[in-house]
Amino acid sequence: MRLTRRQVIGAIVLGLASPLPVRRAAQATSENAAAAIKAILGDAVLREGKVSLDMPSIAENGNSVPLTVSVDSPMTGTDHVRSIHVFAEANPRPNVAHFHLGPRAGRAQVSTRIRLFTSQKIIAIAALSDGSFWSGSTEVVITLAACIEE
Amino acid sequence: MPQALIRVPAEVKKGEIFEIKTLISHAMETGVRRDNTGRLIPRDIINRFVCTYNGEEIFRADLFPAIAANPFLTFFTVARKSGELVFQWTDDHGTTQTEKAKITVV
Repeated sequence: MRLTRRQVIGAIVLGLASPLPVRRAAQATSENAAAAIKAILGDAVLREGKVSLDMPSIAENGNSVPLTVSVDSPMTGTDHVRSIHVFAEANPRPNVAHFHLGPRAGRAQVSTRIRLFTSQKIIAIAALSDGSFWSGSTEVVITLAACIEE
Repeated sequence: MPQALIRVPAEVKKGEIFEIKTLISHAMETGVRRDNTGRLIPRDIINRFVCTYNGEEIFRADLFPAIAANPFLTFFTVARKSGELVFQWTDDHGTTQTEKAKITVV
């Protein structure tokens, strides 16, 4: 059976549309990132939840990737987010930013644009006023990396 | 002097949570790039940003080279009293730039 041009193009399009396997180079949190997270946490326990990261799942350009991090918190005097820490585990230096807020913020949400060296997991950790630490993460696929060109 | 842009609502209701957007022009040189002779270009970034509302700190950020050029930050605060928001950026040389914005609470 000969394939028609239409069938061939259809197959290519399907192939492109199917989910790309996320590169697992930095499967486990890199040692650098683990050390950076440890510096924030100390001996406290890190729990998953409350923190959400809003980022594109595929970014064309690693030089400027939008990031919004928000924490589920009433932001009152007795129950608020003290700080949010963002880490990019496969960057040459995993620290991205530390944001310090308080009850005056009203809403625990910060947006910025970040550089990503390669496809990787972005981790955000929130320190709450009761001393607990919560984390959230997301995977971003980069098609053009930061730090290389020029 | 780098150029800074700030967007704050001119008027807000008392108790309302409002958004503050800031942007400053800066290369945010990472310190890992090389020039065309192969030498490392020294790091030069804005590493600190502080926002105060009538003298009280409401938001502070420690920034690293992973922040994209022309650092852009959006955050929130609660409207209390009319007054002044002051924004200050500090770079690796310790140079600071300060901008101000008026806020009217009704």
